[in-house]
Amino acid sequence: MLKQAIENLGNRTIQGVWRMGFAVRFFVATLLHSGTAFRRFGLTIREMYFTGVLSLIIILVSGLFVGMVLGLQGYETLQRYGSESALGTLVALSLVRELGPVLAGLLFASRAGSAITAEIGLMKATEQLSAMEMMAVDPIARVVAPRFWAGVISMPLLAALFSALGIFGGYLVGVKVIGVDEGSFWSQMQSAVDFEQDILNGVIKSVVFGIAITAIALFEGYDAPPTAEGVSGATTRTVVTSSLAVLALDFVLTAFMFRGLN
Amino acid sequence: MQNDNLVEIEDVAFGYNARPVLKGINLTARRGQVIAIMGSSGCGKTTLLRLIGGQIKPGQGVVRVAGESLGELDQAGLYRLRRKMGMLFQFGALFTDMSVFDNVAFQLREHTDLPQDAIRDLVLMKLHAVGLRGAAQLMPAELSGGMARRVALARAIALDPMLVMYDEPFAGLDPISLGVTGNLIRRLTDTLGLTSLVVTHDVQESLKIVDYVYFVSEGVIVAEGTADEIRASGLPYVHQFVHGEADGPVPFHYPAPAYADDLQLGARHA
Repeated sequence: MLKQAIENLGNRTIQGVWRMGFAVRFFVATLLHSGTAFRRFGLTIREMYFTGVLSLIIILVSGLFVGMVLGLQGYETLQRYGSESALGTLVALSLVRELGPVLAGLLFASRAGSAITAEIGLMKATEQLSAMEMMAVDPIARVVAPRFWAGVISMPLLAALFSALGIFGGYLVGVKVIGVDEGSFWSQMQSAVDFEQDILNGVIKSVVFGIAITAIALFEGYDAPPTAEGVSGATTRTVVTSSLAVLALDFVLTAFMFRGLN
Repeated sequence: MQNDNLVEIEDVAFGYNARPVLKGINLTARRGQVIAIMGSSGCGKTTLLRLIGGQIKPGQGVVRVAGESLGELDQAGLYRLRRKMGMLFQFGALFTDMSVFDNVAFQLREHTDLPQDAIRDLVLMKLHAVGLRGAAQLMPAELSGGMARRVALARAIALDPMLVMYDEPFAGLDPISLGVTGNLIRRLTDTLGLTSLVVTHDVQESLKIVDYVYFVSEGVIVAEGTADEIRASGLPYVHQFVHGEADGPVPFHYPAPAYADDLQLGARHA
């Protein structure tokens, strides 16, 4: 009984380490074969449509509502201290530093990440990737690399749009509905938000999230067992793993960028 | 002088993890012939095709295509050789996000610098050869199983390969599609000067079109010969296979304890 348990534990450990090694090799191979994604940029643009443009609706609507809620909650808290004129600063900093990249990342993982995994997994299950290999076309260069770079490029753009719509939502609720002074809303935001400290760091975060989510989604699809159950399991793992990766990476990046640990 | 044999397999063994699938296979495919590799499901036929395509490497022995040993080739060498091969997968493996036209044009666009007009003409010629020129703008989801396989065949011959491999080309086809596919394999082999390797367990259809047959069972070649020799073979395995008998060297029952023991007949009457 105990021997069996130890054997199972050993097997799982070996499989885990092997899978980790395969994931690293897969990621390195994707980077090394990225030439195609840039030489034939049309392939990457096409994938940007599927990962980026088709994610726009959910990103824009979510951004708008998150900004509107921030406007309401922020006003409720700030007016207790007579600082409601700082509403613009609160909404903008919350979105640009944290909520924009993180929430856009989580939505991107659910919408685009799962779609990438399902597509690659089904291509594998229906032997499309093998067919490509037999036609002397490397699937990593032709299929994986363009999707990877499309995800990496799309993610910061989506996060920026999320933040922009969020600020607009905060403005609608704070200024147009509640009646915060429009001048102080925008001017305090302008003076408090620093390009390097806030906006650039937010962009860096969203790029890192884009790399993590797309790499996980592609790997899970490529490594999925070629069955219906295998593809469905891989799709679930993509959403769970990449969402957790976004949250963990956000903590680490925030700690370094904004000295949050001090 | 050009070797008469396009594919040579010498003493090849291969296994998945600890499970041996092929245990010392010897096989040759002469240029211009249609060769069938037959055997029951799971006997290693498809593995054999994957070895010839260089998708997997043998644990032992040599696989040679056009005189080149696949085990000694790097990826660039393998890809160079694969441009001279075509493969028809069991269910076509068409790219589902591309039209029929784009599927057939795929290799031409990836491997040649031909102008669009020339690609268009070549694609229509290949589609015409399989009778589907009129379906050029359809998507794979709009095709029947037989049509999908014919499109895949047009795609496989797009670069005029010297070797085309077919993985179960007759599986799941209606009688008309079955005849059409069989005739196409024979006609394309003869007119284009190809060599065709057909992995199948459809005995009757394949014996109509093949030049030579290899029978694989339990990882080894158990019989070989021309279609007539196979039909007349007295070997129990070949006889069972060709005549579709339920029981024989390949047993009907999966290994199990004695029937009476399993039903606990002794215990109940005790």
